[in-house]
Amino acid sequence: MTKTETNKGQNAPRKRRIKLEHLLDHSILILGSLFMLVPVYLIIATSSFDRITVARKGLQYTFSDQMAENFRMAMFESTSFTGTVDGFTMLMNSLILGIGFAIGKIAISMMAAYAIVYFRLRFATFAFWLIFTTLLLPLEVRILPTYEIVQGLGMINTYSGLIIPLIASATGTFFFRQFFRSVPEELVEAARIDGAGPVKFFIDILVPLSKTMIAAIFIIMFVVGWNQYLWPTLITTDEGLFTLVRGIKQIMLVIADNNKIPEFGVAMALAIIAMLPPVLIVLFFQSWFVKGLVESDK
Amino acid sequence: MANVSVKDVEKIYPNGFHAIKGANLEIEPGEFIVLVGPSGCGKSTLLRTIAGLEEASSGEISIGDRVVNDVDPADRNIAMVFQNYALYPHMTVYKNMAYGLKNRKLPKDQIDAQVQKAALMLGLSEHLDRKPSQLSGGQRQRVAMGRAIVRSPDLFLFDEPLSNLDAKLRSQMRIEIRKLQRELGVTSIYVTHDQVEAMTMADRIVVLNGGKIEQIGTPAEIYNSPASVFVASFMGAPPMNLMDAVADGDSIALPGGSLPLDHEVHGPVTIGIRPEKAVITDQANGVTLPFTHDFTEELGAIRLVHGHLRDTPFVVHRHDDAPLPEGPLYVSVSGENVNIFDQATGQKR
Repeated sequence: MTKTETNKGQNAPRKRRIKLEHLLDHSILILGSLFMLVPVYLIIATSSFDRITVARKGLQYTFSDQMAENFRMAMFESTSFTGTVDGFTMLMNSLILGIGFAIGKIAISMMAAYAIVYFRLRFATFAFWLIFTTLLLPLEVRILPTYEIVQGLGMINTYSGLIIPLIASATGTFFFRQFFRSVPEELVEAARIDGAGPVKFFIDILVPLSKTMIAAIFIIMFVVGWNQYLWPTLITTDEGLFTLVRGIKQIMLVIADNNKIPEFGVAMALAIIAMLPPVLIVLFFQSWFVKGLVESDK
Repeated sequence: MANVSVKDVEKIYPNGFHAIKGANLEIEPGEFIVLVGPSGCGKSTLLRTIAGLEEASSGEISIGDRVVNDVDPADRNIAMVFQNYALYPHMTVYKNMAYGLKNRKLPKDQIDAQVQKAALMLGLSEHLDRKPSQLSGGQRQRVAMGRAIVRSPDLFLFDEPLSNLDAKLRSQMRIEIRKLQRELGVTSIYVTHDQVEAMTMADRIVVLNGGKIEQIGTPAEIYNSPASVFVASFMGAPPMNLMDAVADGDSIALPGGSLPLDHEVHGPVTIGIRPEKAVITDQANGVTLPFTHDFTEELGAIRLVHGHLRDTPFVVHRHDDAPLPEGPLYVSVSGENVNIFDQATGQKR
């Protein structure tokens, strides 16, 4: 009894000190989150103003009454040069890019990892490290030759030209390789005796086993695909194929082209629309995401 | 039901490791064969070679009348139960059992009938729509058995199937597996490193050591007349008492005395005496050896008396509850209970 009491006595002053530390910790955390969140708030607030106010007074901290109108314009009225593309089309394009990019990457890297892990290929390890070194060669480095090839194949201004050059993925292959290696060998043998060939084993056993992993990688890849800027800018000159991320910038270009006041409010609204899908996906699939990276039901 | 024949099978891995050194084995239809040996002795490799998961470097394996060296595991009409069960974690018990049949393109109603029958036999009928992760170890083991049974194979292969279970469940499953095998009459090959499993389950035991078959025989043969020092020391707990000695025709000279022999042997030998074949007495005579008592292990039904004959450790089983006699102790063994092995080769003489 006495011991606990003395412990309590010692704890009392320490508690106060911990509080001070907490104060410091929390102020750092609060500052950090403000640093991240205030710009987002500014975008939301500013998207409720008309362009004249924004042009005159800059970013706004309060709300006005233009939000609905700005969002309507952003979604359904063309703000582009030729007047053919509205926000909705760009949203669709972004979705096609994001989903196509993610699915393509998963399909390719899963199959690559499958070949590397399960088949006694000569130089399989070498092939893996070769794939791995492509991490050092992102698209930005090889952009000219890649463009040349895509152009030569006539894939400029097509969805396939937009997606295919991006889907070769060392990271995905690496993740799936590590995962496949942790699948017990006995499972493969059991399937062999059960008469499942390589294709059947892949589809019936490996893909269902990897589903949390697939979900996690899908989330990451979708966001990466969604945020692509350089490649879409290069490969799509047809406005019908513009993505949201590109479209936002297009609005601002008006100032240079026409000497008009750009639709700041609409641009902000578009920025919010561009932010939403990745945020929603991460929010909804958070549990899957953690599951995929941490545990697996083998 | 099929006979299995293994002829001169060798397995050399690409890295040069010689895992099986010329295995010969004839298995009768319906027989339960246990491959036993220490880890790394090649027992699993031999099993996997028969399953077709490993390719034999040379030699011939036939199941039934068919040479299966170049037959895919799926087409050998075998079923295998793995150490970690190897159940498909994302499939229900039902689907786990049905998967092999589905791949054989059997009609749905026939698959269903076979799965239900196997499930009934194994007491799994209530668990058919559960996932393996929702089952206990023993139930998973049963599902693995069920997956093997539904295919009505020619040959069951078991790769240490009980080593992941606790001791109580293990002895229970041991009996169940044996009972099931008797009912179905399917030829079975069972790998284990546990000599108790080997002794209790086998029709015939195959003892392997370092890639070689040391002895093939019924449990009683293996136990009572081991073919080599290795088999003598591997089978039985505690193992046979082994000591080096010199044989001199009809008796054998040991430290402190000599033992009679029931047949003529000459030269340096290793002798083996089962602990339960030796008797402790306080009466010295011409065929007893002086025994020094160290300590006694109480096992309930019996006691293990540890001691030594001069410098050689020696263990004796004692069945009666009476305390050890006072004064100097002696061990007596009758001639037919002395196993004699060649000291150089380790083979029985």
